[in-house]
Amino acid sequence: MTREAVIIPLGALVAAMLLFGIFMAALGQNPFEVYALIYRGAFASAFSWQNTLARAAPLVLTALCVALPAQAGLMIIGGEGALVLGGLVAAVVGHALAGAAPLAAQAAMAAAAMIAGALWIALAGALRHWRGVNETISSLLLTYIAIAIFNHLVEGPLKDPASLNKPSTPPLSDAIMVGRLPGLDVHWGLGFGVIFAVLMYVFVRHTTWGFALRIVGGNVRAARLAGLHVGALVLLACALGGAAAGLAGMVEVAAVHGSANASLIAGYGYGGILIAFIARQNALAVLPVSALVGGIAASGGMLQRRLDLPDATVLVLQGVAFVTILASEALYGRLRVFQRARA
Amino acid sequence: MSDDMGRIDRRQMLKALAAAGVAGAIGPLNRSAHAAMDKVVIGVIYVGPRDDYGYNQAQAQAAAAIKKIPGVTVVEQEKVPETTDVQKTMGSMIEQDGATLLFPTSFGYFDPHILRMAEKYPKVRFAHCGGLWTEGKHPKNVGSYFGYIDECQYLNGVVAGHASKSKKLGFIAAKPIPQVLRNINAFTLGARSIDPKITTTLIITGDWALPVKEAEAANSLIDQGVDVLTCHVDSPKVVVEAAERRGIYVCGYHANQATLAPKGYLTGAEWNWLTPYTMHVKDAQAGKPMVNFLRGGLKDGFVKPSAYGPAVSEAARKKADGVKAQMMKGDFVIFKGPIKDNTGKSVIDQGVAQKQTDVVLEQMNYLVDGVVGRV
Repeated sequence: MTREAVIIPLGALVAAMLLFGIFMAALGQNPFEVYALIYRGAFASAFSWQNTLARAAPLVLTALCVALPAQAGLMIIGGEGALVLGGLVAAVVGHALAGAAPLAAQAAMAAAAMIAGALWIALAGALRHWRGVNETISSLLLTYIAIAIFNHLVEGPLKDPASLNKPSTPPLSDAIMVGRLPGLDVHWGLGFGVIFAVLMYVFVRHTTWGFALRIVGGNVRAARLAGLHVGALVLLACALGGAAAGLAGMVEVAAVHGSANASLIAGYGYGGILIAFIARQNALAVLPVSALVGGIAASGGMLQRRLDLPDATVLVLQGVAFVTILASEALYGRLRVFQRARA
Repeated sequence: MSDDMGRIDRRQMLKALAAAGVAGAIGPLNRSAHAAMDKVVIGVIYVGPRDDYGYNQAQAQAAAAIKKIPGVTVVEQEKVPETTDVQKTMGSMIEQDGATLLFPTSFGYFDPHILRMAEKYPKVRFAHCGGLWTEGKHPKNVGSYFGYIDECQYLNGVVAGHASKSKKLGFIAAKPIPQVLRNINAFTLGARSIDPKITTTLIITGDWALPVKEAEAANSLIDQGVDVLTCHVDSPKVVVEAAERRGIYVCGYHANQATLAPKGYLTGAEWNWLTPYTMHVKDAQAGKPMVNFLRGGLKDGFVKPSAYGPAVSEAARKKADGVKAQMMKGDFVIFKGPIKDNTGKSVIDQGVAQKQTDVVLEQMNYLVDGVVGRV
């Protein structure tokens, strides 16, 4: 990590804010009031910070579902599918273990969800490795299949007969619900996300397996020549990413909804794609970027409520930020200031 | 003067801009003062866009109308998913805007989200659309409001039954849940009261907002000879537009879609949420306890039919108006035996009349005779 890696994205954000300010001014809004509201909605108080972090929590894990396979050179965008299946499996396991000790039941739910997510994304990896199927397309299509399976089971064989107008699996007992982080109104999903991200950063950067993974990502032929098991590594990267998204599904079920139902399909899997790209597929950078996107979402509500702006305004801000940050990648190694500092 | 203005240098300009920025930043911070005694801040939350020509628009129309009540401030937020996001949105409205009455409108907001926030903020009122509140089980600061829209669906069926030449109607539905089945059945019963040979072909898309599937379903039904379409999805826009483009008739749902199909729009089943909204707002302003269970049909002003389109014949108007008058008097029962389901099994026996308030109807799990499709 150099100063360059911090200053360039921050500069891009400032540029995005300026552009967005011009856009707001064109709409007849006072940009400074808009900035003040964004700050107030997302970061100005303990309440707004918790609002931001609660929105960021599921995105950390789904972003890892993109960032980890990316280490092996795969563009997986099917985190949503792993999330809903993870959530479904967690709901089934949690219901079956209703009488078990809470920690054991939670561990079993998490493990089952991670395995389900891992297998699902590994499927896209396997199709890529052995059949040459483009993993971006296949993982996206697998998401549709996952959602169809999810809906079929939740509205059919696994439906709780008492859930009339909102078909759901039978509710988990309160005892095994995952609680909130101490002192915060944010559930443990954020904690899991931080732990997962740090572990993955260490794994990718500081282990031989992680190094091998990055070689595969850098040049598959070189990796083969070096005698690496490319297939196994591709599957591993996909499985790790899928496990993260599966865990996100378990958290949604066990910390929020209490059962698996259509509310689970909220687009967090797609939100993670954006974050992973802005974080340049770095597991650790996923954390601040998730907080930023969570903050934009939190302040989006403020803009809607105070200035009567449509929800699309927030999409504009998010889009502008996305484009400037991606465009700023072209600046790496080209700015004189940093060259001099290095020399 | 104008000369002077032109000579303001950059430094002064920047200063002025900064000052304006500070003023702009401080202004909104003082807004929380608007939660004064006689005033009430109301938060309305939508799961989709406010202008969807459907479920959300029906709610937004009521929200727009209550803004006119003196002392009422309305804050709105759209496209809020049924996750912790909606809990945080409710929390923000309460903490940051001083809202004391919330209308979180999506069905899926209720459990666990509204229930959790109601526990956390016992002084705030939560009015939810959908009729889920249960005495003894749910808190007193939560209320449900819902309407017997199947009455309007029955009227839709009567009008559709007159308009159809092929005797084939089409219904595009999101999910096979009791609320939706009740609409499909009421629509079909209405149509078959005109001509018992009429059938309703059903396509279930699987989710509340799937525009592409809805368009495909509409085209497929029209290709099969259906000449009147209707639907129960979050936004009927796609279905209504497809019907108009293909030159067939259509009945609307949720809100009024007549502008989307000036030729083919017959009538529609609309919510009139202003009625329950006004009740809740008045109670909140007067400090009266919340009415936890609000329900009503045509005669209570909770639902209303769209104005007839140009294609509705005089006979159809007369017939539908006649049924409507009976409903307004409260002596029309839609689900009156004998009714068979579409597998031939009797679901409501001879002599049994299930009135609107009958809870059996809330568990509907069948399609009546004449519906082509499966639950």
